[in-house]
Amino acid sequence: MNPQRTLATAGRVLSQVRHDPRTIVLLLVVPSLLIGLLAWIFSDTPVFATIGPGMIALFPFIVMFLVTSITTLRERRTGTLERLLSMPLGKGDLILGYTLAFGLLAVAQSAVAVGFAVWVCGLEISGSIWLLLAVAVADAVLGTTLGLLASAFARTEFQVVQFMPALVFPQILLGGIFLPREQLPDVLRYISDWLPLSHAIDALQAVATDSQDAAYVGEELLIIGAWIVGAVVLGSVTLRRRTP
Amino acid sequence: MVNKSAPAVDVIDLHVRRGKHPVLHGLSVSIPCGVVVGLLGPSGCGKTTLLRTIVGVQVVQSGTVTVLGREAGSASLRHRVGYVTQDASVYDDLTVRQNLQYFRAVLGAPRNDVDRVLALTDLTSQAGQLVGSLSGGQRSRVSLAGALLGSPDLLVLDEPTVGLDPLLRVELWTLFHQLAVSGTSLLVSSHVMDEASRCDRLLLMRDGEILADDTPAGLLASTGASDTEGAFLALIARHPVADTTEGSAS
Repeated sequence: MNPQRTLATAGRVLSQVRHDPRTIVLLLVVPSLLIGLLAWIFSDTPVFATIGPGMIALFPFIVMFLVTSITTLRERRTGTLERLLSMPLGKGDLILGYTLAFGLLAVAQSAVAVGFAVWVCGLEISGSIWLLLAVAVADAVLGTTLGLLASAFARTEFQVVQFMPALVFPQILLGGIFLPREQLPDVLRYISDWLPLSHAIDALQAVATDSQDAAYVGEELLIIGAWIVGAVVLGSVTLRRRTP
Repeated sequence: MVNKSAPAVDVIDLHVRRGKHPVLHGLSVSIPCGVVVGLLGPSGCGKTTLLRTIVGVQVVQSGTVTVLGREAGSASLRHRVGYVTQDASVYDDLTVRQNLQYFRAVLGAPRNDVDRVLALTDLTSQAGQLVGSLSGGQRSRVSLAGALLGSPDLLVLDEPTVGLDPLLRVELWTLFHQLAVSGTSLLVSSHVMDEASRCDRLLLMRDGEILADDTPAGLLASTGASDTEGAFLALIARHPVADTTEGSAS
């Protein structure tokens, strides 16, 4: 691996996105619109206050997962991946370059989503808004790295879209948005303890209600970070220079 | 098969299958240094598979492939072998220059190399255009320009002249010969037989086998044909069609 090649890859991915303004607008605006819709649906109830923080975790996570997995799959399909892997580009350079580029977009996207939820939709945040943003960013980066990993196992666009329900939906169902995780059946609860999105949602709710100390949030961030590192490493290892 | 200098590529008893279908079954060939070698044959005969193997991106079943004295696909070869895939492998949503700047950074080639390859492929005036807005021929030239970056010792080009107008085709063949004169080895595939006469050496391929390995003149002399197309037909008539499971009938 080589930092120059990693940065060149990240810069290249960002230039590609820059030539596609519609994607930028969708990336930045869609999660906020969905959060706004949710706030509107529950406008006369106390529900938004409880599920709002979870939504900050959910929408950027899903959007980043989809965008990343499809972008990298496109790289595979157009032959540029084959070209790059015949060149002196490290596999880690490629994966980290993508993570960096989409990670930067994730920062912008999460900032917009958090700002919109708090200042436009009136979501009450008792804890630190910076900590909330940090968790939201980690969560969006997690979506990016899982999307990178998923695209390694997909040969077609159809397959990669199927990974959404397969990998993402169970995490949403078990993450504590539909039912608090303590109330899940034991087996499901145990499974949900191992899923990264559960920890992201826990952390966001903890910050929103200020029910836990910073150490607790830091621990949850560490778990998300471990998943991010794991997905990057696994994504690099499963990338093959030689293909059948 | 002893060459005066070591061959650029040496393939011995190569077996490759793609999916369940054996594509190359015991192929051996040697490609000399510093000349333009044409790999000709109909679509589906295994040209791309052979090129992918030489570049080191193809999973092979058995056989040895030595490129510039090293095992094909070795890390040290990734600077020295330029590869152009059949479909232009470039980013449509970047400009010509941005594409080349990225490939240059990956290769670690000097910064001014981008302008050099732009001029070589006659793309200087399109440098600021998005690749997606270019014609097919221009896109494939961007792909070729990317492979010229860093002046590799071996260029592996899979059908680089498809869809180009005749004038451009002539210009590219002139470029290939200039590169060969400066010491680069080139392996160029094509399914257009009339390009054969432009090569220094020819490999005629059919059903995963090399039917002939000769100079264009030598090929015409040995088959008594008046053009490469005729020579190819004469060779096929002489050579029984290979069985797909075992291809060493002779």
